[in-house]
Amino acid sequence: MIDILIVLGLFLVIAIPLGKYLYHITAKEKTFADPLFDRVDRFLFRLCGIKDEAMNWKQIAGALLLVNATMMILGFLILKVQEVLPFNPNGSTSMEGSLAFNTVISFMTNTNLQHYAGESALSNLSQMLVIVFLMFTSAASGLAVAMATMRGFSGKFSSLGNFYEDVIRILTRVLLPLSLLIGVILVSQGVIQNFSPTLTIQTLEGAYQNIAMGPVAALEAIKNLGTNGGGFFAANAAHPFENPSVVTNIIEMVSMMAIPGACVVAFGWMVRKNKRESWLKNQATVLFAVMGVLLIFSIVLISWSERSANPLTQGLNIQQAIGNMEGKEIRFGITHSSLFAAITTAFTTGAVNTMHDSLMPLSGLSTLLNMMLNLVFGGKGVGLINMLLYVLLTVFICGLMVGRTPEYLGKKIEAKETKLTALAIIIHPLLILAGTALAVVLSVGLSGISNPGSHGLSQILYEFASSAANNGSGFEGLIDNTAFWNIATGVVMVGGRYISIVIALAIAGSLSKKPVVSESIGTLQTNTMTFGGSLLMIIVIIAALTFLPVLVLGPISEHLMLFR
Amino acid sequence: MSQKKQKTVLTKGLIHEAVLDSFKKLNPAVMIKNPVMFVVEVGFALTLVLSFMPGLFGDVGHNLSSYNLLVTFILFLTLLFANFAEAVAEGRGKAQAASLKQTQKDMKATRVDAEGQEEAINANLLHKGDVVIVRAGEIIPGDGEVIEGLASVDESAITGESAPVIKETGGDFSSVTGGTTVTSDWLKIEITSESGESFLDKMIALVEGASRQKTPNEIALNTLLISLTIIFMVVIVTLYPIALYSGVRIQISTLVALMVCLIPTTIGGLLSAIGIAGMDRVTRFNVIATSGKAVEACGDVDTMILDKTGTITYGNRMANAFIPVGRNSKSEVVNAAVRCSLSDSTPEGKSILKLAQEEGQDIPTGLKYESIEFTAQTRMSGADFENGESYRKGASDAICAYVIQQGGIIPADLEEHVNAVSKLGGTPLVVCRNQQIMGVIYFKDTIKEGLVDRFARLRQIGIKTIMCTGDNPLTAATIAQEAGVDGFIAESKPEDKIAVIKKEQAQGKVVAMTGDGTNDAPALAQANVGIAMNSGTIAAKEAANMVDLDSNPTKILDVVEIGKQLLITRGALTTFSIANDLAKYFAIIPAIFITAIPQLQVLNAMGLSTPSSAILSALIFNAIIIPCLIPLAMKGVHYKPMSSNRMLRHNMMIFGLGGILAPFIGIKLIDLGISPLLALLGI
Repeated sequence: MIDILIVLGLFLVIAIPLGKYLYHITAKEKTFADPLFDRVDRFLFRLCGIKDEAMNWKQIAGALLLVNATMMILGFLILKVQEVLPFNPNGSTSMEGSLAFNTVISFMTNTNLQHYAGESALSNLSQMLVIVFLMFTSAASGLAVAMATMRGFSGKFSSLGNFYEDVIRILTRVLLPLSLLIGVILVSQGVIQNFSPTLTIQTLEGAYQNIAMGPVAALEAIKNLGTNGGGFFAANAAHPFENPSVVTNIIEMVSMMAIPGACVVAFGWMVRKNKRESWLKNQATVLFAVMGVLLIFSIVLISWSERSANPLTQGLNIQQAIGNMEGKEIRFGITHSSLFAAITTAFTTGAVNTMHDSLMPLSGLSTLLNMMLNLVFGGKGVGLINMLLYVLLTVFICGLMVGRTPEYLGKKIEAKETKLTALAIIIHPLLILAGTALAVVLSVGLSGISNPGSHGLSQILYEFASSAANNGSGFEGLIDNTAFWNIATGVVMVGGRYISIVIALAIAGSLSKKPVVSESIGTLQTNTMTFGGSLLMIIVIIAALTFLPVLVLGPISEHLMLFR
Repeated sequence: MSQKKQKTVLTKGLIHEAVLDSFKKLNPAVMIKNPVMFVVEVGFALTLVLSFMPGLFGDVGHNLSSYNLLVTFILFLTLLFANFAEAVAEGRGKAQAASLKQTQKDMKATRVDAEGQEEAINANLLHKGDVVIVRAGEIIPGDGEVIEGLASVDESAITGESAPVIKETGGDFSSVTGGTTVTSDWLKIEITSESGESFLDKMIALVEGASRQKTPNEIALNTLLISLTIIFMVVIVTLYPIALYSGVRIQISTLVALMVCLIPTTIGGLLSAIGIAGMDRVTRFNVIATSGKAVEACGDVDTMILDKTGTITYGNRMANAFIPVGRNSKSEVVNAAVRCSLSDSTPEGKSILKLAQEEGQDIPTGLKYESIEFTAQTRMSGADFENGESYRKGASDAICAYVIQQGGIIPADLEEHVNAVSKLGGTPLVVCRNQQIMGVIYFKDTIKEGLVDRFARLRQIGIKTIMCTGDNPLTAATIAQEAGVDGFIAESKPEDKIAVIKKEQAQGKVVAMTGDGTNDAPALAQANVGIAMNSGTIAAKEAANMVDLDSNPTKILDVVEIGKQLLITRGALTTFSIANDLAKYFAIIPAIFITAIPQLQVLNAMGLSTPSSAILSALIFNAIIIPCLIPLAMKGVHYKPMSSNRMLRHNMMIFGLGGILAPFIGIKLIDLGISPLLALLGI
């Protein structure tokens, strides 16, 4: 309990000032670090030929797609020929086509679904040039889009900004320095950072064991900070070299939460009405509170359900009192494993320190729900964007009840915005449900399931929810390195990432051009508890209940049959 | 169309007509305009086929055929109910239109050509520019301007107001409307609209709903409802294979039932009825809106520009007191005031005589005098008497200038008295005899009853009121304070109104105003909501997006509330419809899977008796909630002004929370009712 409070407390302590810093970067206001970074940025801008030109939403979307596509192609090529490239101490072979396709998409879309084991399938060069590089750029891309979206919504900026400039500023001012800091702390706590080949040692029992080595700390820092989640090792954050102790576990959780939380805070600063507005009356406070309620619900549900032992283990020589320890690390225990599972799915990171396949059914349900909602803080920037889409939906449905045509932050929400919002909201369930339906009718899909029945359905559902939400964790029981799973999840990841991002940009572009309507006592107040309650109701009914039928067949049935 | 006639909302004939219409509207070509209900119709067709060929898609089950038939029947009712809602809303308009059409059909005209030759023709052969003569007892054949003559006209066919109005050439009372009747004398009228485009035609089209276009907000809401329908269709279509994987073969009719329950049929079925009923409420207030968009814009109004005279005050200023200045006595002032008003036939002039009589002054008769009419140049009126005395009354500055010119002096306390009257919100008129200023007449303008409360209501919902008046700033300020308006423009000219409107609009505000004169036309066009008075000029009516048939400018307040009520009703029923889904999920989902997974019984929160009964109860609830909500859709959600946050909380409690709870109770009750019947049928 105290650990949970410490993590949530640290989250607030870090996210709030970081949010203000993010706001200063977005609004191009002065920060303490300008003297240094301005020089670096000017050099980089000159080097890349970036001019400080305003872009419209189409240009930003175009730039995002072009830059990401280029990076994916380069990444794909490196993975295909890593065999002959340097920094390959273990002689990893080049990657199979569909797996390489899945891998580059997975890292470019900030998903980090890993259908491979990092320590054996990737050379150190691939880890750094493909994996770590894409971890930085995908995070920066998502954040840059969020900045443009925030500018559009706030109506205080003359344009949505310049995508290239934003990406560079995010990299130099946020991601690189913070990763460096976190990396150093992690190294101090025992996370490894080297270029050694795999170490072979003789164990006490006399057997030989291969121990993989590599630049882990560098990857670990951006993995969490950028809500990427792809581990250096297949065991991800359960591996002692990635996450040696409770202290590093806390550091990693807090670094996952920092930027998504800060984005909401930054949004609050962006749309602040005036200098006298108290934080209680801020627009972002409601969003933060609604996200917070959903997060706490998830933490409580997982912690509670993991605390009860699996009835199937009753009678085996297993202590029932300590709860469900299957698939968990002793050093993390129930508390830190449950907390990590909730946070990694809520903040759509996808790093795992416990086997999600071994979670109790209701915990599995909660992790699934976090990804199905995809707005419980969510990935950096993207979670906020999704939440804003639901805000628009709520404003439209409930806002009419104050007797005015719907408006948000002084902008009228009309047919065009409604259409785009609705489209963005359709995409997510469509990708998850259609993907799942496809997998259960095709033998290539069904063959991946390692457990029949409802748990098997949860495995499939989890894989698609994780792909569509760009989370990247898996119910690792699924045998997913097959052409079907590589291609199907690849397509879902692209759809889940880019469709909603482009739509959000279109909405921001449309809103930014609208005249601001005046506010009076008759205007819908979107910074109140009442609105927060309405928002929560719409999220539960439209985002969560959409998945109720499949959840009933998956985790809920499993739970009911387990505790009959 | 009088208010009384309107109250009889649903007659037998109307309902009969509406029932017929709801069958006619089943035509898929008509239905597709409402995509949500179209999906229901497709589902209906599917279950109809399955009622006779239950095994078509390999479904098996006990008594499947009769189960499917029941589902089909309920879906059919759902469609009829939705159609009925729309038909009832349209029906009321149609009845009005029919009587108007009758008027139009019988109209004859007497055309006068350039030589003055008269010719009787059918009214629909008239063209713009034709001149007609209309005599007492005849109906005016088209919209036009009076070019000759003076007559009283009965406009009750259009306005429902039976008191005749005087129409004459020139000025603000020169426009006439087709379909109204000349009751005395005659008028020569130049026709200003082509046949088919007259005000009467527009009104028929409007009340009939023929020209009804979806409003922007309705289009946006429709898009949203379609998207929700698509989301639920995705859920349903993917559920079939996923359930198959889990070992459950869901019957197609059950899938259709689940889908129809989840998609927003309640609001989908009532949406157009809400819109039509909203327009209808405006029409029943005797206001004709040119489009639903205008009514919707009313809900958004932030600022109202109101004329003082006629809108805020009754407008006829009445003499209230005589105030002597200098060393004059009261009776001297009264005497002077009476003498300069003997020939004054204006309401102001008459009120002076009336007040004087009340104060005990006799009105002298038989005096010889030459009356001096008010002109815009002199800005005073009065009379020159045989004995050489001349009396004048007028605005303070005009009289002062006149007196000084005559060599008189201005009493020191004049300004003080004039200002005192102005401060009280009155209009001071100064009276003089020859070159001597006698005193001041205090004219008072009274604020209409109940307006102070109305303005307070408006302030509660954040609407700012600005009063426009030609009065001086002092007078304006007093009236403004007394009435409780938020701002005023004194000594305003028509162009000032446009300037204020533009200034408010630049701040992102939605502005409403009323006007009648031709010089109001540009401002009416500039305002987001412009309401012209029917008594006003054609130019004003064309520039406005609403016309008030009773020419009562205060009505703008009601129209704004109707606009708000329309939007609230739409939002409330949408919220209700979506909130209903929670209970429906909990009725149907356990019912579908309970045979395969008996443990799901715990999700059967309502304790519904059998799976078939659960599904049918949810479906029946989904159908009958539509007719249950028709009265609400037609009347509109009860509207009470309060701050937006309180209003949201209030409505969320009723329609959000209520929408979640109501179906739990409703479905349970229906289940209790139908489960014995279903048991008899063996379903």
